[in-house]
Amino acid sequence: MKTISAVTGNEAIAEAMRQINPDFSAVYPITPQTDLMQKFSSFHADGYVSTEVVLVESEHSAMSACIGAACAGGRVVTATSGPGLALMWEMLFVASGMRLPIVMPVVNRALSAPLNIHGDHSDAMGARDSGWIQIWSENAQEAYDNMIQAFRIAEHMDIRLPAMVCYDGFIISHSISRVEFLSDETVQKFIGDFTPTNSLLDIEKVVSYGPLVLTDQYHEYKKVQNDVISSIGEIVLKVADEFEKVSGRKYSLFDSYRLDDAEIGIVILNSAAGTTKDVIDEARKKGIKAGLLKPRFFRPFFYNEIAEALSGLKVICVMDRSDSFGAFGPLYTEIASSMFHMKNKPVLINKIYGLGGRDYLPVHAEMVIDELSEIAETGIVNHYKEYIGLRE
Amino acid sequence: MRGSIKLKDISEKEILLASGHRMCSGCGAAIVVKMVLLASDYPIVACSPTGCLEVTTCISDYTSWKIPWIHSAFENAAATIAGVETMHRVLVKKGKAREDIKFIVFAGDGGTYDIGFQSLSGAMERGHDILYICYDNEAYMNTGTQRSSASPLGADTSTSPAGDVIPGKTQHRKNMTRIMAEHNIPYAAQASPSHYNDLMKKIRKALEIKGPKFINILSPCNRGWRSNSNDAIELSKIAVDSCYWPLYEIENGKTTVNHIPKEKKPLRDFLKPQGRFSHLFKENNIHLIDQLQKKIDEDWNRLLQSC
Ligand SMILES: Cc1ncc(C[n+]2csc(CCOP(=O)(O)OP(=O)(O)O)c2C)c(N)n1
Ligand code: SF4
Repeated sequence: MKTISAVTGNEAIAEAMRQINPDFSAVYPITPQTDLMQKFSSFHADGYVSTEVVLVESEHSAMSACIGAACAGGRVVTATSGPGLALMWEMLFVASGMRLPIVMPVVNRALSAPLNIHGDHSDAMGARDSGWIQIWSENAQEAYDNMIQAFRIAEHMDIRLPAMVCYDGFIISHSISRVEFLSDETVQKFIGDFTPTNSLLDIEKVVSYGPLVLTDQYHEYKKVQNDVISSIGEIVLKVADEFEKVSGRKYSLFDSYRLDDAEIGIVILNSAAGTTKDVIDEARKKGIKAGLLKPRFFRPFFYNEIAEALSGLKVICVMDRSDSFGAFGPLYTEIASSMFHMKNKPVLINKIYGLGGRDYLPVHAEMVIDELSEIAETGIVNHYKEYIGLRE
Repeated sequence: MRGSIKLKDISEKEILLASGHRMCSGCGAAIVVKMVLLASDYPIVACSPTGCLEVTTCISDYTSWKIPWIHSAFENAAATIAGVETMHRVLVKKGKAREDIKFIVFAGDGGTYDIGFQSLSGAMERGHDILYICYDNEAYMNTGTQRSSASPLGADTSTSPAGDVIPGKTQHRKNMTRIMAEHNIPYAAQASPSHYNDLMKKIRKALEIKGPKFINILSPCNRGWRSNSNDAIELSKIAVDSCYWPLYEIENGKTTVNHIPKEKKPLRDFLKPQGRFSHLFKENNIHLIDQLQKKIDEDWNRLLQSC
């Protein structure tokens, strides 16, 4: 049985967490994640979940406690945003290095200074090399669906890696939209029981976690980590297939929108993809062959599949909601890498938009499409990297 | 409490920290860990932050720990074990773990007094059922004897070196045992490997108490203290007899001094054999020894008064 509700993104994720009923959750508030964990704490207080909730004193301890709990052999969840994720940074590597399938919603937020609590992808991009799987979501429905699939992916016996589910602060976390929920039974059946591996609490089969590993082996450990995360594509697709059967909603490695016959294209993550799709529809009415690609996974990055999907385009704008100062934006860099080996490379430009919650409006997408059309026609590029939506 | 501490019984028990670890010979911390594990009759799951103990006991494919053990980072042993202990509660409820397991942290002073302080304070406040043991060697030994907030006034360390102008560390040490007791935990204590009977009794007592426990154990480090490799026990004994390291416990707010020296030794006896204090015996620095002695006397009197 499905229920349809009008809820905020945070409410949708809190509902997913209630349905998942994890063994352990560490809670520490940070805007715009706060009301997600408050909601989950009230589920706990009202007895709707049997989760042990630990109200820690910082995000660093939240992730540390999650690591301890996961080593002890149970299903573990926490959530954070912006500076909270930054404070966890050291521990993110510990979680992935120990192959612990912790699942964590990341409600994307900007980093200081200057202090800013609004939506921006700098937090997750800062964690991109930490060995975590990153699943990105366009709206509350996708965040809910990704949250449920994340457990199956992270806990798969061939993967056993932590996964973060990203969705935009405020734009998704705090705005109300239509969300179709699965029944509690469907969710429980879909995620299944947790299977522990090498539990610290197994007194008969004693293990040591977290050794010192020097130059003789460290390199090999890291190669294994790379091999594992790089190989998750098939499992992701299989999980998506099963999810489609229970939900009717289709997921893949990325979302392509009107790309098949497109000449110009936009690559963009999360909520801004929705706005862009509407503008593409308008452009199509005018005969402009525009399309969009929205990566669902930023880590691993599915280079071959994405390059293949973009290969027919003449001009592409990669839009980043975070910057790598003094360099191109992080999404741009990945797209450029994925296309480098191609014979006929499209022209690639990079726009930085929406930092610190700055509105991304249809007019911005229109301007980008106009610019792409012009480049397609003239071959002239004025700016390879540019900030858009700046105040005049 | 499970039985009294008889040397004969203890000598028949398995030592759960296997030899072949790479701690320096004569290291106080290694002695402390062995004593603690010998004292317990419960299955123990342990956690260590980064530090000498951690890097020397679990390297590549080899581990000295015959009990389950976890290291996750330098500043978070308390939070890590809190996660383990909480998951234990979940799995006991579900019938998936044995109930009698106890959780112990073995952490250096750096991982306790300094960088690990926030996570330790948080875990104590939340009331996790853990025993946190600080093996206090009074500096960051793993990285080469830098000062910590446990280093005493005047200590010559690699970041507070005794120079021509500044004579070693310029601040007194932090009173961590008292700070922990002030968290209103049911049990906080100080012990010393020289008084093994007292130490092991405290461990046994602590393991019977539900909730957060803290035991601070002086752990001579011959590398950092620049002393002889066979004098860890002797030095920790003088530390107790000079009242530099009083043996006491605070149980639910009630303080008991466990050892009142028959003859209180002068602090000089503790300082003299250690290279890290040799500069204090030069004429222009003697006043620092007086300052240290004064502080120790004050602290000792305050401790006696608090009983
Ligand atoms: C975040 C972080 N900062 C610094 C270090 C470097 N470091 C590792 S162990 C250590 C000192 C450990 O000192 P202590 O806790 O007193 O234990 P000991 O080595 O004396 O046994 C330091 C500074 C680290 N590993 N992580
Ligand atoms: S340096 Fe000191 S604390 Fe570290 S192993 Fe050697 S004696 Fe022990």
